[in-house]
Amino acid sequence: MSSETKQILTTDGIPLEVSLKKAERKNKIKAFLLVAPLLFFLIITYVFPIGDMLLRSVDDKMVTQMLPKTFKAMENWDGQELPEEEVFAAFHEDFLKLVEEKREGKLSTQLNYTKNGFKSIIKKLRRASKKFEEGNYKEQIMSVHKRWADVEYWRAIKRRAPEVTNQKYLKAMDMYTNEEGKIVSVEEDRRIHRVLWLRTLEIAFFVTVFCFLMAYPIAHLLATLPMKYSNLLMICVLLPFWTSLLVRTASWMILLQQQGVVNDFFVGIGLVADDNRPEMMYNKTGSYVAMTQILLPFMVLPLYSVMKTISPSLMRAGKSLGGTPFIAFWKVYFPLTIPGIGAGCLLVFILAIGYYITPALVGGASGTLISNQIAFHMKSTLDWSFASAMGLMLLSGVLVIYWLYNKIVGIDNIKLG
Amino acid sequence: MALPKYTEPHYRIWHYIYLTICGAVFFFLIAPLFVIFPLSFNAEEFLSFSEGMKRLDPDAFSLRWYKDMIYGTKNPWGLAAKNSFIIAIFATIGSVILGTVAALGLSSRHMPYKGLIMAVLISPMIVPLIISGVAIFFFMAKAGLAATHTGIVLAHIILGTPFVVITVTATLSGFDHSVTRAAASLGSDPVNTFMKITLPLILPGVISGGLFAFVTSFDEVVVVLFLAGLENTTIPIQMWTGLREQLSPTILAVATCLIILSTLILVTAELLRRRSERLRGINQ
Repeated sequence: MSSETKQILTTDGIPLEVSLKKAERKNKIKAFLLVAPLLFFLIITYVFPIGDMLLRSVDDKMVTQMLPKTFKAMENWDGQELPEEEVFAAFHEDFLKLVEEKREGKLSTQLNYTKNGFKSIIKKLRRASKKFEEGNYKEQIMSVHKRWADVEYWRAIKRRAPEVTNQKYLKAMDMYTNEEGKIVSVEEDRRIHRVLWLRTLEIAFFVTVFCFLMAYPIAHLLATLPMKYSNLLMICVLLPFWTSLLVRTASWMILLQQQGVVNDFFVGIGLVADDNRPEMMYNKTGSYVAMTQILLPFMVLPLYSVMKTISPSLMRAGKSLGGTPFIAFWKVYFPLTIPGIGAGCLLVFILAIGYYITPALVGGASGTLISNQIAFHMKSTLDWSFASAMGLMLLSGVLVIYWLYNKIVGIDNIKLG
Repeated sequence: MALPKYTEPHYRIWHYIYLTICGAVFFFLIAPLFVIFPLSFNAEEFLSFSEGMKRLDPDAFSLRWYKDMIYGTKNPWGLAAKNSFIIAIFATIGSVILGTVAALGLSSRHMPYKGLIMAVLISPMIVPLIISGVAIFFFMAKAGLAATHTGIVLAHIILGTPFVVITVTATLSGFDHSVTRAAASLGSDPVNTFMKITLPLILPGVISGGLFAFVTSFDEVVVVLFLAGLENTTIPIQMWTGLREQLSPTILAVATCLIILSTLILVTAELLRRRSERLRGINQ
């Protein structure tokens, strides 16, 4: 045999390898073209907007654009003493323009985020600025209110000069940058977000645990019963699964209210006095009970699909080798169900951590989650960048869990119904 | 699940405890749905069982709230139902077409970056709804589609396609590709092959994906809350408002209708699932 290996050629003289690659590439393009419409649709309408949230959450151009001359004049100011006349004059010029465009209200809202107390002094400044005389703006502005003569407030304005900010993320962790530029926590009694994050994790965790404890026995029963019984019982799992979330929440509201069915029943059997009915709704209990029932099918279904593949002879073998039924279960059956447990727990946890509707309806003030806070800032305070920041923090948490899920179970193994 | 005769007594007791636990869990799962049913026929305005209902007095029951649901003055349910059905139907059609075509590409063994693309395609199912809601709202507001039916339909297509992609890829995993090659060798072009050969075979998967997409859209409230104007109100929005403001028994009448609808969908989905399992040769 010669040292040159003879290339295999196709009939038209092209090397087989090249020809094969060409055909493969054609198939690749064909397959990709099928996926492309959905992929591009999702990228434009969904993936980019999530990126947009990221930009919004760090965006702080608003104040930068409202006070361009001021910030330019402030560049050389060291922030120790009150700024020079030059800064005051620039601020006056910017401010007049804002008043003309009727945007000074927005400025006061924005500056108030940085330091409380701007709202009133900006209002005062607007009224006073009409009578300002030309020149010596420092004196004139400082005479409007004593806070205008306070260097702290000018430092607060300077802190808004950069176009990007991490303040929204800090705020979501109940922290802020103080006058010296250090990151510190807010006072103890004003820490609302940390409590919410912790409560979100706590509720998601315990709902997952409750779901697991309840789902395991019934998934086992469904997997071991003869088909004709298990099909019937399966309906008990699938009917809630297919029923509207709001319908199920409504039924819990009826059951759990003070004059509701559960309380009536407790009074009826003499467990509680009629005039001392416990509050089971508009608190954490409400969130726990309703979320557990609503998410239970998501735990049962993956467990069931794993348990169905476990041969009953394995348990018999375990017992015949001298194990008690309990040991046979613990050493043989349980380890085999771990993939299902992982799938179910992660699925329920992911769903629970982002829950919004049910806690908003039955959770009251003490049973709401971080999602409710996001919705509140989207709809009520209209602080969309703050909502975006919290949303992205939640999202990154979910993505970590999703990544774990993919490692353990594989996305392709998600089964529905 | 009868126990063998030789079972020792304490295992026998344990077995009955186990069955009791299972019974309690099944009760917990299903009983809440059945509370709504009788209460929706309540003749009174309360949301608990009246004395008359406990005695099964016929006068304590009435169709009052159903009448209110259909004929009530200033009634939002008619418009809401119309919107819900229109939006869900268009969203389902969109999801099924986009999802099925994408699933065909994904099941091809030539598909590059399969894992990454799959992760993007089913991300709307994993990302918490509140975040999807915020993101989609930003997009629709920029595109000028907020508070329009089109915007809501597009949003529901985003949320519905992952279900179609998953069910159809699952069906295609058991699909014998030699039949399409056979069709091609007999002179059929790819489109014809798809319509005449592939589609009929994967139809159960497509329909059950479509059912998921339909239910997702019909039941969806978080994203719609951000997007909908007064004209685009849907059944979930009306229920949400009703549950937040005042629990009226009319909501229970609506809820009963929704439970009946979901029962019908469940039965269809189950029949389809069994059919496709039979076709895939999975024996029970």
